[in-house]
Amino acid sequence: MLTDILLILLKIVAVVLLFAMPIGSLMTLLGDRKQSSMIQNRVGPNRARLSIIPGLGRLPLVGIPHFLADGLKMIFKEDAIPDGADRTWHNIVPAMALFPAIVMWAVIPFHDHYCTGEIVVQNYRDICVEGQTRNFFSIANLDAGLLYVFAISGVSVYGAAIAGWASNAKYSLIGGLRSSAQMISYEVSMALSVAGAILIYGTLNLNEMVVQQGHLIGGWLPMWGIVVQPLAFFIFLGAMMAETKRAPFDMPEGESEIVAGYFTEFSSMKFAVIQLSEYVATVFVGALIATIFLGGWQVPYLYGDGFHFGNTPTAALELPYWAVIALRIGAFSFKTIFILWLQFMLRWTLPRFRYDQVMNLGWKIFLPLSLANLVITAFVVAIL
Amino acid sequence: MAETIFFIVFALGALGFSAAVLIAKNPINSAVMLVCSFFCLAGIYVMLSATFMAVIQILVYAGAIMVLFIFVLMLLNIRDDEIEAPRLSIHQGIAILAGTGIFFTIALSIAAWSGSSSRVAHDTMSDTFGTVEPIGDQLITSYVLPFEMAAILLLVGIVGAVVVAKKRF
Repeated sequence: MLTDILLILLKIVAVVLLFAMPIGSLMTLLGDRKQSSMIQNRVGPNRARLSIIPGLGRLPLVGIPHFLADGLKMIFKEDAIPDGADRTWHNIVPAMALFPAIVMWAVIPFHDHYCTGEIVVQNYRDICVEGQTRNFFSIANLDAGLLYVFAISGVSVYGAAIAGWASNAKYSLIGGLRSSAQMISYEVSMALSVAGAILIYGTLNLNEMVVQQGHLIGGWLPMWGIVVQPLAFFIFLGAMMAETKRAPFDMPEGESEIVAGYFTEFSSMKFAVIQLSEYVATVFVGALIATIFLGGWQVPYLYGDGFHFGNTPTAALELPYWAVIALRIGAFSFKTIFILWLQFMLRWTLPRFRYDQVMNLGWKIFLPLSLANLVITAFVVAIL
Repeated sequence: MAETIFFIVFALGALGFSAAVLIAKNPINSAVMLVCSFFCLAGIYVMLSATFMAVIQILVYAGAIMVLFIFVLMLLNIRDDEIEAPRLSIHQGIAILAGTGIFFTIALSIAAWSGSSSRVAHDTMSDTFGTVEPIGDQLITSYVLPFEMAAILLLVGIVGAVVVAKKRF
């Protein structure tokens, strides 16, 4: 009982503090400032130095010291609350924004369940014989994992909406309204586009979904989501980017129209927390897309006891179990960061949409396409 | 032990937030309190091994319906001084009567049920209880008619909304 609780706490600390938050906050710098400067042919942040640590005093370290300096600066800024604003909500809102962004990580599998016995590979699956499977690599192995993600991402509207309302400012209110309208619209095509993948894998459990993606079509092509559901991948990527309010879907922030949208009136660490929650959600998009469409922790041809080329019972290249686990977690992290990089590339190279274009794209293009995708997938699954 | 603590937290939370919904003066506060009370209810569902119900509770009520409520409330943007002092009207009288009636019906039925022997013991519950598969199975076999009727009801609602909105243009 106590060890179970300790294990869960350990997993939460590992996922949130060692994976989601560091990558999320590092992205504020490397993605949004360094990568954007490279795209726009600028130098970008390179002035801050870590001169406290001897030997690092002269190195720019791709601008990473800037992100430490920024954090320090945020703490010492004045926390201003506008006149007439709802003080209680204004103080609570940053937590409301951060809560869903972190809680969503509970169902992401970083690796298959740990097997205490021997692993036998059968039909592209690791089967655990003479031992138990222990859930060490996801915080909760929820049966309705994907629905849980949709539920929590639906709740994440509140942070933005209430932030806009509680600021007692016109720009903020418009930003809050835009964000709730946009998130409601894109949730529909987000859920419908994955419905095809749910039909194919026949499960809502994210780990089971990843296990099934280890199947090889024709003995060589991994059955990843992007292979069997290519259209859904693009719709889902677009809809998730709109959900996290990233450019080109950054209507709720709309720098050129409404200052900073729903968080115009937030300063100091409150601003930092809202900003950070957005980045953590962006990392989560990477992790979720990697899980559903890019095979999650699967490395092609790698199974529990080593590399198999084709449906063979013995491994062509045997590997110890710890090496397999390390390779798989590494593959998952790599895929997550790749999708993250892709999102930042899209953000900084595409022009912004107008508000009506965002709505048209969601309701008139994404929704019919994902419905058509669902119907066709249903027919194909029923026939096969 | 842990179960009791969690139950007390969620049950008190659900009651407290529900009371706050009624007491709060500002409609937005009321709406957010209602969302918090949904979360507490979902927690109780999880403790009853009904994870699917819990997730749907959050997905449908907290994630969709209440977001729409808040959206409308924000569009209206009622200030505190615009809210009139509450007066007891006939509608409120009916609401109080209906509320107490429902409360006593449910309380009596729970009291009658807990005394009977038809309770299902916890250890006879199957492993798959409350998961997606058995619920989906039941929905399209035993309960297919109510399920489809609910779908038609929703469709009627959507068509009705379109018809009402069309008149304005």
